Amino acid sequence: MLDVSEIKTIEHDVVVIGAGGAGLRAAIEASSRGLDTGIVCKSLLGKAHTVMAEGGMAAALGNVDSRDNWKIHFRDTIRGSKFLASWRMAELHAKNAPTRVRELESWGAVFDRTKDGRINQRNFGGHRYPRLAHVGDRTGLELIRTLQDHGIHQGIQVHMECKVLNLLTDADGVISGVLCLWRETGRFMIIRCKAVIMATGGGGKCWKVTSNSWEYTGDGIALAYDIGAELMDLEFTQFHPTGMVWPPSVHGTLVTEGVRGEGGILLNSEGERFMFRYIPERFASETADTIEEADAWLEDDKNNRRPPELLTRDVVARAILAEVKAGRGSPHGGAFLDIANRREAAFIQRKLPSMYHQFKELAEVDITKQTMEVGPTLHYFMGGIRVDADSQETAVAGLFACGECAAGLHGANRLGGNSLSDLLVFGHLAGSGAADYIRDRRGSKAAEFNPEVVASHVRTATSILNRESGSNPYLVHDKLQLAMQENAGIVRTGEQLTKVISQLTALQPDVDQVKAEGSSQYNAGWHEALDLSSMMITSLAVAKAALMREESRGAHTRLDFEGEREEWGNANVITKKGSDGEMSVRREERASPPPELEAVALATIEELESGTVD
Amino acid sequence: MGIRTFRIWRGNADGGEFKTYEQESSEGMVVLDVIHGIQAEQANDLAVRWNCKAGKCGSCSVEINGKPKLACMTRMNIYAEDEVITVQPMKAFPVIKDLVTDVSWNYEQNKRIKPLEPGQPEADGDYRMAQEDIERNQEFRKCIECYLCQDVCHILRDHGKTDVFVGPRFMHRLADLAMHPLDTRDRIPEILEEFGSGYCNITRCCTDVCPEHINITDNAIIPLKERVVDRYYDPLAMLGRKLFGGGKSSGTTD
Repeated sequence: MLDVSEIKTIEHDVVVIGAGGAGLRAAIEASSRGLDTGIVCKSLLGKAHTVMAEGGMAAALGNVDSRDNWKIHFRDTIRGSKFLASWRMAELHAKNAPTRVRELESWGAVFDRTKDGRINQRNFGGHRYPRLAHVGDRTGLELIRTLQDHGIHQGIQVHMECKVLNLLTDADGVISGVLCLWRETGRFMIIRCKAVIMATGGGGKCWKVTSNSWEYTGDGIALAYDIGAELMDLEFTQFHPTGMVWPPSVHGTLVTEGVRGEGGILLNSEGERFMFRYIPERFASETADTIEEADAWLEDDKNNRRPPELLTRDVVARAILAEVKAGRGSPHGGAFLDIANRREAAFIQRKLPSMYHQFKELAEVDITKQTMEVGPTLHYFMGGIRVDADSQETAVAGLFACGECAAGLHGANRLGGNSLSDLLVFGHLAGSGAADYIRDRRGSKAAEFNPEVVASHVRTATSILNRESGSNPYLVHDKLQLAMQENAGIVRTGEQLTKVISQLTALQPDVDQVKAEGSSQYNAGWHEALDLSSMMITSLAVAKAALMREESRGAHTRLDFEGEREEWGNANVITKKGSDGEMSVRREERASPPPELEAVALATIEELESGTVD
Repeated sequence: MGIRTFRIWRGNADGGEFKTYEQESSEGMVVLDVIHGIQAEQANDLAVRWNCKAGKCGSCSVEINGKPKLACMTRMNIYAEDEVITVQPMKAFPVIKDLVTDVSWNYEQNKRIKPLEPGQPEADGDYRMAQEDIERNQEFRKCIECYLCQDVCHILRDHGKTDVFVGPRFMHRLADLAMHPLDTRDRIPEILEEFGSGYCNITRCCTDVCPEHINITDNAIIPLKERVVDRYYDPLAMLGRKLFGGGKSSGTTD
């Protein structure tokens, strides 16, 4: 019989799960409020997927074009989200992003500069003005390293290479701790705490072709779901239009939108700049419709409309897919992305050094001389854990969520550059939300947990090592990825989604009977097996939500329900664990937008610039 | 490309040995892909760190045929078809299991370095820095903390001087701060006394292995050494100290 009292138990006020940009910013905030704060992360500190973010962080600083302001950033975000973003979150984000970026600079971030020495900003898809503070094409690394170097001096304790297996609650369902597993030793640990902040990112590893690393298995989504939190709008999975397509081993690796922001264009196998054929009505008035105007924008972005390559990601990804399906794809099934013929070699190497390096080393392609081959790759979850806009609190008392694993800011489609600013703005708010919760409701006391529940969780984890025989975790993962790739991809039908749900159901016995060989010490197979349960819940939640939303909006494209449907224009899909333990999905109407925010979203650019709408 | 022969070190702190694996390698693969193939098909419990698989996170540092490298950026086609590929953990750090080492010492060193202390921004709330004044910082800040430079540094690897020298990764972190236009701290005394700038004997091994091509020796360590020399070994300043007294840290301000 397992004795839970023998499991090492420590205490923090706040446990942050995940050490990417959102988790680090949340921990810094909680700690600055005087709380004993711990971070638990699956990898080493500084390796989270934030390092892969390339293009920049969106903030209406107005350093490059002084016409920019929070309202225009807000309007761009709402329109990019196909009017499904949380109005309040989009407002908080646009208003707070400049402060968070300046704060990062005072903590040591070294952004590229304008001629007058201020933070430089670049153009990006869906952003009206140059808005992305950046460092070449390695902005995410700058963000995570700055937060890391600042955070280590704030008294935050970091538990590296430690996986959270379960969230613990008391009899009333209030958060009381987390059960974790040290990957290095295979030992378990309980952290008692008053609040948990989830910052685990998305679940890209449920697909075969993804820009995400092994960590992104939907852990936060699944853990929160399991103890009763609501999930929202999981059907909106962003396929970044430009991932590498060759060689096979790097299929899916991200190619920054910055290539297009700096002037790169998309071509099909006939050499046609095809994006002009895919301009949606909603963006027609703001998009160049001739090659001449699009080229002129490169030199003068104030008096010319932006090129169609910078349309929102959902539009560009679908366009590439359509070209490939029409037989006009590149040799390895993508489109050509050309910056070599658009910019001088020195410019490319200075502005896109990491892309230059990546293609040179991994594909033996010199992007200053040759075109790249690119295609869509699963990149980002717009949906996730449902949170309160101001505090980031979930439906579970004491559980908060921020960053990619939380839902709301991006609606049906996220604009590039809005993720890094999201991490900072809502990481900060989650930290202060958790601090307020502890002050007002928990005081000095953490809630209790049930040792029998812990014992059962530990047995579930160790049974993977102890059973005589069972399925290979790597092969089970492979099957799951193939099912999602084929049937919950960039375009979907009800038939496919029904099929993937039954494929997942059929896979469950394999997941339940998975077997890891070897000892508990740093056992990659065991870790893979433990991540499978998160991926199963996440995949099922995506498929069920996608089946429910019978329309095409943003990143969710239903071939059997084309176009945006009025009846879905103001509705969220909410997923929750039912009292019977089954996953329940429902449609929920959104509250009406605050009139002053709606006026901003519907205003013309001219009205916002001239200040006639305020 | 067909079947390739890999020798991979398997074991933990108590000891271990090389084990041989035959594994399929196809076009465009890197060493990490083949290791992953072995892990999925032959040795499920094989321990290897990795994350981004694009040379941006610095997790998969190992020694391949004796050379410290990122496994995700080492293409299979640089080796002859019949060449046996030997992969072992970084030698300078204690082994945890198989290819995974305990790099926590590096995190402890980083903690010892005081954070940036910026002055006041301009009246409009913004700092001003010219692009040409931050080029050097941006070079250092490309660092992905793979610790290959630490692994190959003789002072750490062969002489084990981890108690007196922070190693190249943190020498250039210190250089980043010392050259940061906004930083107001005087870091020269601790660079010499606490972080051991004098121990580096400029063999440039760190610069050679850096996957980000940071010129650690010439652009970070040598300039720091020069600043230390200017401060402590300038004949006039030394004479001044002798005549008028003063502590070790006196002399010209940097």
